[in-house]
Amino acid sequence: MADRIVKVAEKRLTDVKLGELGSWLGTRDFTPNGILASIRRGHDRYFNKYINVKKGGIGGVAMLLVGYVTISYVWSYEHLKHDRWRKYH
Amino acid sequence: MTLSFFDQFMSPTLFSIPLMALALTLPWILYPPPSAQWINNRMITLQAWFINRFTQQLLLPLNIGGHKWAALMASLMIFLISLNLLGLLPYTFTPTTQLSLNMSLAVPLWLGTVLIGMQNQPTIALGHLLPEGTPAPLIPVLIIIETISLFIRPLALGVRLTANLTAGHLLIQLIATAAFVLMPLMPTVAIITTIILFLLTLLEIAVAMIQAYVFVLLLSLYLQENI
Repeated sequence: MADRIVKVAEKRLTDVKLGELGSWLGTRDFTPNGILASIRRGHDRYFNKYINVKKGGIGGVAMLLVGYVTISYVWSYEHLKHDRWRKYH
Repeated sequence: MTLSFFDQFMSPTLFSIPLMALALTLPWILYPPPSAQWINNRMITLQAWFINRFTQQLLLPLNIGGHKWAALMASLMIFLISLNLLGLLPYTFTPTTQLSLNMSLAVPLWLGTVLIGMQNQPTIALGHLLPEGTPAPLIPVLIIIETISLFIRPLALGVRLTANLTAGHLLIQLIATAAFVLMPLMPTVAIITTIILFLLTLLEIAVAMIQAYVFVLLLSLYLQENI
């Protein structure tokens, strides 16, 4: 399989081996521009896979909304945990 | 007990970023721009159909000068309707329940319509303060009343949106708590309460859309008087 050597920097995260993780992280761009570019790439991947298709259904948007609900829950967990065993809400 | 019912309108922070920041930027992701293809995907087609229809209906009574406001009105409508509807999902935060946001939308836009009217056609704009056909003795009183009603418009716009959404969310939480607490005690009453909760949720979905529409409609009416 190793017909040519691929540099660590060019591999996707799923192809990086555990030992190479540190050096892979060192090559990523953590400047604000780089973070925005990675967000843009992630968004484009999701959009083109689930929404920008010929016969898209409700699934693409529904997954996004469920993710939003989960993130909101995580965001407000510190406040919500006080409601767990209260007698009077 | 009452104090914690209003906690849903707080904006909890994670790593010192308030949840409101996420709630305000989410509509941006949900409305992708149309691509350069002739036929877009279904989501964009539906959104484009809705926006076109809405803008066409809204701009019917406005003259050519008012058409410059089309982009602003359409984007305001989309913004409000998505904020309201997204707030009905569990654990989410509704920014339009905050009076600060609604007033910051209502006051500058209303003030813009008034200033445009005063600048371009001051006589007509001031003439709106006196309805036609009023009997002569009533004129001073009516001018004062109409001025007050003019200045109360931004307050009404903001407070209407805030109050409707806040009351709806609060009612949903109250009735849900009631159904939950009653379930082990009186199951029949709890089931009736659950049916009421279901109907209330449907009403809230309608209110969310209607309130956004009313906001933009009234703004277009104020514009129509002045432009």
